[in-house]
Amino acid sequence: MELLNNKQPVSSRLFILSGLLLLSAGLIFGLTGMLQYLIPGFLKTHLSFEKIRPLHVSSVVFWIIFAAIGSVTNYVQQHTGRAVYSRLLMKIQWFLFSITTILILISYCIGVFGGREYWEFPPLLALPIIIGWILFIFNFIKSVATFRNQPVYVWMWLTGVVFFLFTFLESYLWVFPYFRNNIVNDMTIQWKSYGSMVGAWNMLIYGCSIFLMEKISGDNKYGHSNIAFALYFTGLFNLMFNWGHHIYTLPSHHFIQYISYTVSMTELVILGRILWKWKSSLSEAKKHFHYIAFRFLVAADWWVFLTLLLAIMMSIPGVNVYTHGTHVTVAHTMGATIGINSFLLLAFAFDILHVNCLGAVPYTKYFSRAFWITNLSLFVFWISLILAGVEKARWLMSANRIPFSSMMLQIRPLFYILFISGFILASALLIIIYPLIKRQFECYFSMMSNTTVSSEAEI
Amino acid sequence: MATDRQKVVIAVFLSVSFLFYSFYLYFSMPFKGYIKDQEACDGKMVWQHYNCNACHQIYGLGGYLGPDLTNEYSLKGKDVINAFLISGTSTMPVFHMSEKEMNDLVAFLKDVDRTGSADPRTFTIYPNGTIEQ
Ligand code: HEC
Repeated sequence: MELLNNKQPVSSRLFILSGLLLLSAGLIFGLTGMLQYLIPGFLKTHLSFEKIRPLHVSSVVFWIIFAAIGSVTNYVQQHTGRAVYSRLLMKIQWFLFSITTILILISYCIGVFGGREYWEFPPLLALPIIIGWILFIFNFIKSVATFRNQPVYVWMWLTGVVFFLFTFLESYLWVFPYFRNNIVNDMTIQWKSYGSMVGAWNMLIYGCSIFLMEKISGDNKYGHSNIAFALYFTGLFNLMFNWGHHIYTLPSHHFIQYISYTVSMTELVILGRILWKWKSSLSEAKKHFHYIAFRFLVAADWWVFLTLLLAIMMSIPGVNVYTHGTHVTVAHTMGATIGINSFLLLAFAFDILHVNCLGAVPYTKYFSRAFWITNLSLFVFWISLILAGVEKARWLMSANRIPFSSMMLQIRPLFYILFISGFILASALLIIIYPLIKRQFECYFSMMSNTTVSSEAEI
Repeated sequence: MATDRQKVVIAVFLSVSFLFYSFYLYFSMPFKGYIKDQEACDGKMVWQHYNCNACHQIYGLGGYLGPDLTNEYSLKGKDVINAFLISGTSTMPVFHMSEKEMNDLVAFLKDVDRTGSADPRTFTIYPNGTIEQ
């Protein structure tokens, strides 16, 4: 950590860089987990699946969180034209988050768990995250200064930061026996919080994507338009009330199912809007396709469409009965976290990092190829997960179930395809992000030896 | 174009509804007044301590490497559970648990089993898309 001594500016870029490192780690843990599906007993003594899975999940969730914080902080400064309210608070927040993330990953390696999806680390480690997040909210609000006549993305960021804190705290209600002592009560609150939490970080990310889109196209009418706000409120409505689709099959209150089912269907409006805008987005896409960040925005658009289609179907309880507990759910998660979240965050990472104190990162033809390979392999990965899910659903519904292990053997060919496509996907992504990471380190090193830093590099 | 005031009204209305919904749920849990034995409560912490959830599901939520264990107690019984805990499998590690931990885990799985069925074959699907257990 010598790189980050007090003399150096700790900036929003550092959050994104840390995120990219976590993404790289997360991809490698993901592939290791896949290998454990294929080779029973692989790494069983020291890094068994109950360790690899949280290592993978937490690395990628923290990639999303770190990169989202970095992007929001950077774009807020571009939006207001002023520096962030307090660099010191950001620095403290970065240290809190980084140290906690490292401790979390270590705790998994040595088998110390809190044992709950998605936060499988001991609950004590949530404290620094809560403190760091409160600093972030304070810094964000102070940096924006006025909330009068702000575009939709500022609303989305504010919503995202506040709801993340609320849902994160809510996901820890289980530490009170009242909430955890009955499994149905416990899981109801658990999935209520997680369902909304994903909505909260989506608010941060989608907000940034609107900001970036306006920046690239040079047209800032959309951010103030009624349609933008209508879609934002539809998103907010879903964030608050559609989480029940995670637990349709749980013997919880019936009204949770009815509310979630009804609310989820309002997402059809968003789907309709995407289809409606498709043609004009395509011509816009052609205009800016040379711009790396823009390519990821376009790719994410496709993934929003596919993921939303799947999500809406899974939000119908009668369909959910078949897909729940199968790899269709995983397909949905992968589409959302890779195809949407990660692609958008990569767009911001390119936009923010690709010019630094050493100039622009050079991009070769490899990048273009890797970009297409990423999308293609993700599509194969996604389809294979859906097919594996369909096979499992058939098993779950069959009158005479064969043993679980035989069913797993039957879908093994799909696991092979998953591993191969996952391997290609991870490699292509690493090829894409490696030059960015490398250039950031080179920049930090040169900053250490040279005190004149361009102010642009500090945003 | 909508004014700031109109937007704030919508945001406040949604937020208040959300808070109401949240606190309503906190105070009227689906299994209210359900008394559980201490063993089952401890068993839940054992379940979390060993992160069984990374490979197993309860009510279809969790990892997919191993089977759903919601109704394991009534389907297979205490002895099978203990046997798996003692010997593990090619993928499932042996956790070297104490006698108490194993008993607590069984009590926990017994308690989970009592809350309902996770078998999708037992659900009724209505034409309007809703389901009932
Ligand atoms: C690394 C993954 C993994 C972890 C962690 C794990 N299991 Fe398993 N478990 C499996 C797999 C895979 C099977 C299925 C074996 C088979 O059917 O071939 C299994 C089977 C079982 C079974 C028997 C299911 C049946 O009827 O076939 C029980 C009971 C069980 N596990 C309990 C637990 C408990 C309790 C824990 C936590 C202390 C745990 N497992 C942790 C992977 C795991």
